[in-house]
Amino acid sequence: MFEIRLHSRGGQGGVTAAKLIAYAAFLDGKYATATPLYGAERRGAPVVSFIRIDDEPIRIYSQIRNPDLVIVLDESIMQLVDVLHGIKPDGEVLINSQKGTEVEGHRTYPVDLTGISLALDLVLAGNPILNTPLIGAISKLGVISQASAKQVIAETFRDERNVEAALRAYEELKI
Amino acid sequence: MLTFGTGNKAVAMAARDAKPVVVAAYPITPQTEIVEEIANFVTDGTLAARYIPVESEHSSMAACIGAAATGVRTFTATSSHGLVYMCEMLHMSAGARLPIVMANANRALGPGWNIGAEHSDSMSMRDTGWLQVYVSTVQEAYDATMMAFRIAEHTDVLLPVMINLDGFLLTHITQTFETVEPDDFIPPTATPHAIDIKNPGGYGTLTPGNVHFKFRYDIERGMRASIPVIEETEAEFARRFGREYHLYEEYRCEDAEVVIIAMGTLGKEMEVAVDILRDEGVAAGAVRMRWFRPFIVPDLDGKDVVVIDREYSFGYGGILAGELQAKSGCRPFSVIAGLGGQEVTYDDIAEFVRIRRPGTEHWFGVDD
Amino acid sequence: MAIPDEEFLLKTTSACAGCPSSLILRYVTKAAGADTVLVIPACCTSVIQGVYPTTAMNIPVYNVAFASAAAVASGMSEAFRAEGRKTNVICYAGDGGTIDIGIQALSGALERGTDFLYICYDNEAYSNTGMQRSGATPLGAMTTTTPGGKKDHKKDLDAIVAAHNPVYQATACAAYPQDLYNKVEKALSIPGPKFMHILAPCPPGWRFPSEKTIEMGKLAVKTGLWVLYEREGGKLTITGASKAAMKKRIPVEDYLSVQGRFRKITAEETAEVQKTVEDMIARLQREADGIC
Repeated sequence: MFEIRLHSRGGQGGVTAAKLIAYAAFLDGKYATATPLYGAERRGAPVVSFIRIDDEPIRIYSQIRNPDLVIVLDESIMQLVDVLHGIKPDGEVLINSQKGTEVEGHRTYPVDLTGISLALDLVLAGNPILNTPLIGAISKLGVISQASAKQVIAETFRDERNVEAALRAYEELKI
Repeated sequence: MLTFGTGNKAVAMAARDAKPVVVAAYPITPQTEIVEEIANFVTDGTLAARYIPVESEHSSMAACIGAAATGVRTFTATSSHGLVYMCEMLHMSAGARLPIVMANANRALGPGWNIGAEHSDSMSMRDTGWLQVYVSTVQEAYDATMMAFRIAEHTDVLLPVMINLDGFLLTHITQTFETVEPDDFIPPTATPHAIDIKNPGGYGTLTPGNVHFKFRYDIERGMRASIPVIEETEAEFARRFGREYHLYEEYRCEDAEVVIIAMGTLGKEMEVAVDILRDEGVAAGAVRMRWFRPFIVPDLDGKDVVVIDREYSFGYGGILAGELQAKSGCRPFSVIAGLGGQEVTYDDIAEFVRIRRPGTEHWFGVDD
Repeated sequence: MAIPDEEFLLKTTSACAGCPSSLILRYVTKAAGADTVLVIPACCTSVIQGVYPTTAMNIPVYNVAFASAAAVASGMSEAFRAEGRKTNVICYAGDGGTIDIGIQALSGALERGTDFLYICYDNEAYSNTGMQRSGATPLGAMTTTTPGGKKDHKKDLDAIVAAHNPVYQATACAAYPQDLYNKVEKALSIPGPKFMHILAPCPPGWRFPSEKTIEMGKLAVKTGLWVLYEREGGKLTITGASKAAMKKRIPVEDYLSVQGRFRKITAEETAEVQKTVEDMIARLQREADGIC
């Protein structure tokens, strides 16, 4: 089982992003679950979502304690939350960062999702859309296939620029 | 059709596919997505139902009663305070023998405000005459909702059915599930006592003590008759759609010396605990209770029993543990865990088995 | 309009002698006809209709929980309409079941545009449980829970209902069956939410002799304490005996003094009741004249 913990702030679309990643895995023929951890639901508050992907039906509902991958959609959260808590020794980290932030002891993939989104003017209610570039980046890591990533974006977003955002993130993320 | 969505969405889609004529709706977290989805289905024409946006849960059940009394299929959904607010109407609907189907997103009751999963809401409605089924996956939420209509409307039963799914844990998780074309799996409603203008009668009139008990006993007859109807419905569902369900689900129980018993999502996660215990050499098994009303007692002879209750009857104990003890004679290790969405993992569940002391009670997080 | 001979409330009721509620019900059902379902919350009519396995009603009667009548009617009406049936759905509820415990469901059903007729027959107390104070009990009236006389005014149910803009709203009184009959018939000819508030002078509750029900109803209208009107499309029309009462009324003492329940009413309270009447008449007259 591959387990992802996604850290974001309320209003950034982290909950939707988790659903879309799981949906892409579903399209890949895997079993997948996405669960938001609901706390005080308010804009700007730290939010955690969980994604599980497996070849077998998933029987676990409790929170992910030892993630294989940690996604950080807002790096300022790292000052408030220990995003690496419980991460597997070989666990990896994907950070939405304009300044190439890395974490010690874990393979880090910094990618400027916000910059990609803003460059394409992908803004919803004042916030840059991070879902679609994130899906592109995740597909680069091989968590989901490129084909499923494209299909999820095509089914969910009408605006063609979302596909472009995913492609740019795919290109930008260095493995 | 294979699809992907939340527990709430699955319930709404099953309700849509069962084609109710009247849906009464009132929002409450974490059920709201169900009534929102159904509003979408009615708006986009995929469901030709009358959607009644009532002003309270008491009225949502009242509206279902009024509609079902004319013989049409009805559906509603609620949770927590909404469910206990409609308590009076739960008694009225079962007493009136109306086959209403309702989804309940299991959630804690205040104070303090808590929207996490807990079974106190539905378990405190256990004596209303409603059938209660507890589901553990998004797929099961869909399937159980579909089957609920057929079971409730069966003329041997004619009692309302409540589908219980854990708030957030199941209502908001996204999983793969498959929808079906029910065709004649749910026959048209044929409520024998539907209001008939040509044969006018008094419904629910003053009923003296020398006959009232007969109506009460008749509810119990319907409840008892529901067991073979549930079995037949689940068998027919498996035959048509390929997914098997039973009154309760056993996991690695054949040679088990200790069984864990729970309902809802914990009843699924505990399978992982059983696997861990088996790897440790413990002959563990699990029984997931699906139907709480009617109450069906699994065979627990000679086994140690660990029961997890996600609610509590103050001054008594865990309700599921108590009922199992009373009906089966087992002496369970009664664990109270997961109240208000308290995090309970498969490791925690495995630990409950390791520390078990039959005949005692253990509050997770208190008695550690 | 000629009142038909056909009876839907048979002579086997369990009503008290002189019961206005059964009298009203008789004319309501005559006006509604056979294609009608009555939805009845806990009230005197729970008893009046008879005891299982018998019934005095010759149309279907659905008995429901106290607070739920209007909501049950909502579901029933939608189900009938979904099936293409025009069956009348009539809530027949007492004042407690309407003004107090049932007002939330009533408000919701009116706001949702439910196609039904809600009738509140008002005997100004919880009579079915033995005369306790309700929100409809008038100032100065003794009940078992206001043994010294009620110190608060009657709740203005009609103003609350009017705020929902129902398609048809009317008052009526058990003492004027033709006026009542006409209004029920008219109400049921209009689709949408309709409301009627009908005064039901109750002999045991109000403490007057059983044969004086009609007389008491007429006194209520002649004093102006109860005004017969209907409001349709926003237009108020004074009807029947109240037309005369709008111009010339007898003093409220004539009504209060013949009912045992007002035995402890004070002179100040009587004056206050009189003033309430004059204010209400003036207000209704202005509305009837199209001034407000």
